Formats: sequence, structure tokens, C-alpha cells
Amino acid sequence: MYEQIAGNKRKTVLLLVVSFLLLAAVGYAIGLITGTGWVGVAIAVALALVLQIGAYFKGDRLVLASARARAVTPEEEPRLHNIVEGLAIAAGVPKPAVYVVPEQAPNAFATGRDPEHSSVAVTQGLLETMNRVELEGVLGHEMAHVVDRDILYGTIVATVIGAIVLISEFFLRSWWWGGFGGRRSDRGNGNGGGAELIVFAIGFALLILAPLFGQLIRLAVSRNREYLADAQGAMLTRYPPGLISALKKIADAPHAMRSANNATAHLWFDQPSRIEGQQTGRMEKLFSTHPPIEERIRRLEEM
Amino acid sequence: MGWTLLIVGGVILLIVIFGIVSYNRFVQQRQLIKDAWANIDTELRRRYDLIPNLIETVKGYAAHEREIFEHVTEARTRAMGATGVEDQANAENAVTAGLGRLIAVAEAYPDLKANQNFLALQEELIGTESKIAYARQFYNDQVALLNTLVQKFPANVIAGLGHFEPKPFFEIDEPVRGPVQVDI
Repeated sequence: MYEQIAGNKRKTVLLLVVSFLLLAAVGYAIGLITGTGWVGVAIAVALALVLQIGAYFKGDRLVLASARARAVTPEEEPRLHNIVEGLAIAAGVPKPAVYVVPEQAPNAFATGRDPEHSSVAVTQGLLETMNRVELEGVLGHEMAHVVDRDILYGTIVATVIGAIVLISEFFLRSWWWGGFGGRRSDRGNGNGGGAELIVFAIGFALLILAPLFGQLIRLAVSRNREYLADAQGAMLTRYPPGLISALKKIADAPHAMRSANNATAHLWFDQPSRIEGQQTGRMEKLFSTHPPIEERIRRLEEM
Repeated sequence: MGWTLLIVGGVILLIVIFGIVSYNRFVQQRQLIKDAWANIDTELRRRYDLIPNLIETVKGYAAHEREIFEHVTEARTRAMGATGVEDQANAENAVTAGLGRLIAVAEAYPDLKANQNFLALQEELIGTESKIAYARQFYNDQVALLNTLVQKFPANVIAGLGHFEPKPFFEIDEPVRGPVQVDI
């Protein structure tokens, strides 16, 4: 457990450094394409600093807001609060803040920067479809993420990568529709078409690669972490059948979620999908942040 | 001459450093166990507070089950006065058993089972009992850690000097989890 916490802290620092460089690279690419040079880098670096500080301190708020999660009181949801408090006692950490997401697909996530500043959120659908032991199973999994500091890494990935993808998409689109013509007109007084074309190609490739790179970083986060959180959660509740039963119910339930998006997919208990009632396609599998539910059940049954 | 002095000094320094680190580890673990016990105590107290309300509510529908009410009240009084880990555990087992019987009685009265107040109290009771179980789990994990630490060489020397002793586990009956079923 302590190695995992240390590992997560190391990964978080690495992520911050890599994403900082990535943002600077994107800024450089934008500077090349728009012809503003180092101004792009300066803006990108400033942006990266603001973004990373913001992600560390306010990332959890951002993630909760993007899921439209609402804080609930113990009076509103006594069962949920009792379970979260019990699991926090079992794990020896302070009780996280409790949120409910207005979605019908049964799902849950945890966010925050450390156990002292953590939140767990469950969907309305999870509350309605799960009984007590199943709910305990799911929340035990989330509590494991809290204890291992997976939430810190996951939240920063969500915020920083989300922003990088958003920024480069924004520039790519605006360049596609407007900037292209403007750039072309001043090509005549450049140092020669060939060299500039190469520079342009590099910048363009960077823009395309940035979101892909972000995707790869995120893939490295999740799958094994999910198996581990399943196992740790089951250790916490000392009752693997609860989690197994919850996973089985989730496998049969509809997955479509309105607030699902690429930047936060890896945070959820089960991979959220935007497509109603569709089986997981090959492409989705390739880019999936979570292991298949059947495999998670199988590993738990072997415990 | 100088070398031997240096080596002897170095070894003594290492031993002293080990002693300090080991001693602090024991102090830390002892504090953790104290906190864990406080957690158990909080939840046990919450349960004591629930019992009179629960009895009052059930009384309104099943006044003639006086024997059970008295039994639970008695067990509660005894548990509140219990001292020491083992005594507390025995007393709590009596409370848990009594409450189990009380809830089982309530099952026979459909009007009571539909009572909002009773349902809220029942959720509070289930929640509290599972928190007691979790607090116990954490406490026993920490005690187990201390007890191994105290016995291991060479830390056991420090434990002996600092009077750190193995602590008793808090052994109580687990509340029955029941089969996995849909109960909305």
C-alpha cells in the first residue's frame, strides 16, 4: 500500500512535468502555425502553470461539477452516508464528502487530492438498484482509490489532459476554419516554402499527437488500478460477494450517461459510454480505460 | 587506535538511532490503537443512544413484549458500565443479541415495519452496527501490528525498555450480513 502511495505521488509529479512540456510543445506548434513564434510558448507556459495549480487544488470541484454531482446530507441519504462513514473507519481515513450524480446508469467515482480532501459520488441509478452489501462493495472500491491516492493522479489527469485536448481541438478547429487563409497570405515573404512546410508539418503533427499522447498517459493509469481497487475494496468490506453481485448488476444495466466525457472516463467505477445500449466495439476496447467486467468478476471470485 | 574508536562510536550511534526510530514507531502505533478504540467507543455510544428510542417505538405496537425490552435495557446498562476490552466485548455481545431479538419481534408487526420512525431507527441501527464492525476491524488490525512489532527482534528490546506490551483483541460477534438480495 505504501509503495502504491509513493508510486502514485511519483507518477503525479511525472505527469505534471510531462504535461507541462506537452503544453509548451503545443504552444510552440501553435506559435509556428500562426506565425507568432515564442509568444505561443509564453502563453502556453503561463496557462500550464495556472492549469496545474488549479488542477491540484480545485480539480475535484471541476470533476464533480462536470458530472453535475450534488452534495447530499446524512438526512437525505442516511444509508449512503452510513456506508461511507463505516468504510472510512475501516480504512482509517477521514470521511469523504458524499455526492449524488443525477444519472440512471449505476456508477460511482472518487476524487480529491488526499484522504483529507476527498469526495465520493454515486449515481442515482446506483442508489436505486443496489442493496446495502452491493453498495458497500462499490464504495469499498472507491475508498481503495482514496487510500492509495489514485484520486490525486486520476483527478489531475482528468483536468490537465482534458484541458490539453480541449485547447488543441480549439486551435485545430479555428485554424481549419479561419486561420488557414491568414497564414497562407503571408507565406510569400517567408524564408522559402519548403522549409516552412516542414515546420508546419511538425506543428501540425504535434497538434494531432498531443491528444493521442494524453490518451496514452491515461491508459497507463487505469486497468491494473481497477483490479487492485477491486481487491482492496473487497479486503476492506471483508465481503467479496457484495462487490461481485454489484458488478453483475452493472453488467446487465444500461451504461449510457449524459455527463460521460473522455476526460473523466477513467475516474468512474465502470466505464461510462455515450452510446445507448451498444455492445463494446473493438475500437472502444482498444481505448477503454477499464478492464471488462467479466474479468473483474472472475478475479474477485478467485480471491 | 583511532579507527577502532571510530568504528565503536559508529556502531553505538547506529544503535541509538535504531532505538529512537523504533521507540517512536511504538509510540505512534500505541496512539493509533488509542484512536481506533475511541472510534469503537463513539459507535458503541451511538448504539446506546438509539436503544431507548427503538424500544419506545416498538412498545407502541407490541407493548406486551416486556421481557425483551427489559432484557435489552439491562444489557445496555451493563455494557455502558463495562471496563476493559474483554468485559466490553462480552457486554456488547449481549446487547447485539438482544437487539437482534427486538428486531425479529418487530418483524411480526406489519404496522410497525411500515412506521417511518421505526424504519429510520432501523437504518441507523444497521449503519451503527456495521460501523462498530468496521471500527473493530481497524482496531484489531492495528493491535495485530503492534503485537508482532513487540515480539520481533531486535525491536522487542526497545519494547521491553519502553514497557510496550501486546494488547488484547476486541472480539465480538459479527452482525449477520445476510445473503445478497434485492431489498429496495
